Amino acid sequence: MTDAPKRTPLYDLHVELGGKIVDFAGWEMPVQYPMGIMGEHKQCREKAALFDVSHMGQVILKGDNVGEKLEAICPQAYATLKEGKARYGFFTNPEGGIMDDLIVSNAGDHFFVVVNASMRHQDIPHMAANLDGVEVIEIFDRALVAVQGPSAEDVVGTHCPAARDMKFMETIVAEIGGIECRISRLGYTGEDGYEISIPEDKAVEVSKLFLAHDDCEPAGLGARDSLRLEAGLCLYGNDIDQSTSPIEASLSWAIQKRRKEEGGFPGADRIKKELADGAAKKLVGIKPEGRAPARQGVEIQCAEGNTIGEITSGGFGPTVGAPVAMGYVSKGHGAPGEKVNLIIRGKAQPAEIVALPFVQQNYKR
Amino acid sequence: MTTYYSEEHEWITVEGDVATLGITQHAADQLGEVVFIEQKEAEDEFEKGDEIGVIESVKAASEIYAPLDGEIVEVNEALADAPASLNESPEGDAWIYKIKLTNMDQLEDLMDLDGYKALIG
Repeated sequence: MTDAPKRTPLYDLHVELGGKIVDFAGWEMPVQYPMGIMGEHKQCREKAALFDVSHMGQVILKGDNVGEKLEAICPQAYATLKEGKARYGFFTNPEGGIMDDLIVSNAGDHFFVVVNASMRHQDIPHMAANLDGVEVIEIFDRALVAVQGPSAEDVVGTHCPAARDMKFMETIVAEIGGIECRISRLGYTGEDGYEISIPEDKAVEVSKLFLAHDDCEPAGLGARDSLRLEAGLCLYGNDIDQSTSPIEASLSWAIQKRRKEEGGFPGADRIKKELADGAAKKLVGIKPEGRAPARQGVEIQCAEGNTIGEITSGGFGPTVGAPVAMGYVSKGHGAPGEKVNLIIRGKAQPAEIVALPFVQQNYKR
Repeated sequence: MTTYYSEEHEWITVEGDVATLGITQHAADQLGEVVFIEQKEAEDEFEKGDEIGVIESVKAASEIYAPLDGEIVEVNEALADAPASLNESPEGDAWIYKIKLTNMDQLEDLMDLDGYKALIG
């Protein structure tokens, strides 16, 4: 095993397109292209943007009753996930914390799972150790790209008519320009769009088909982060981690009713207790009143001057046109409208708790 | 009137003992799109190496360090409402401070344009 940074099948294309390459989770990825983070962000909200997310882990699960077996390590109702559907979920640890968040799809004769690049090394062995009788196959020969934005349906649909008829959280296998791909109508931006798994030797060709559309421009990880932040979506390692429970992280909606009642997943005791009594802290949206961004680690104080929490993600929101942030505040705080102070470089900057998302979501339901 | 450059990618144009200070286009390009600048106030004194401001881009915050000793005489107030001007004209309209130099000898430690061009390659 070498420590050299890894490259996706689209690396040369990123360089050709003027991508600024940085290290992310051991991968050489474009943080932005010449259009810049703000331009790429706006492109996604107004038209369509293409993201390379091939660094994420793609996993095939083969065997009997895969969905049921996943329920032993996830609090989601995967046993009843219908064929052709995808569902957001997470692995929990025995303390009720989140090991990683992920998307699980029922692909008929197998399940397809996408996990974070930063946690692949943990997730694949975790599944292999805990899914009895299930073959856990990590895919190394496919790229994964996201096409996101109001024009995404046309960008993808031009080459794959079946994509137009898909609804949010559906997944199909179809040809794009004659190349068989798995297409899922979902994403990490708050916009309508798709994530597409492509054989690695065809990844550039398919990407170029999308980029040939007038409305589609490449976008990097910088814009991906500002988009998901405005959409109120968690980033593993920032907003959720081994110590945070799904209830604290305001992800109760992602645990289906039957699982809340029956338990049967790691950390169920804590999670059930928090559902009944409330959690010690909760993840909320925070809007600084001025123009100074409040980033991860910034202390949150209530109006009386007591420390009530900490920012976990923050930056500038190009669509909002102002700084945006997410963070945890202790029980008893966090109602939208509550005025707080953020301690940035030693000074108290006023801010307000707001409901998430900062920008309305545009999923094709 | 002479312009000097620091290793921290600041420019400083000197006329007598008064100078105008800003960041170079190279620095602005490296920072990416500027969204906010935190500036000191007029009459604040500083020494070479002190932090005299913070520039926030979309992705990160970067400190501005004083290239020499001085006192702030004027702050460019226009930057507060138009932080993006630091990307467009950092070596012109988007100057950051006018300062009074208190140790002219320190100018010898700074580079001229050719020296700076060599630094950034």
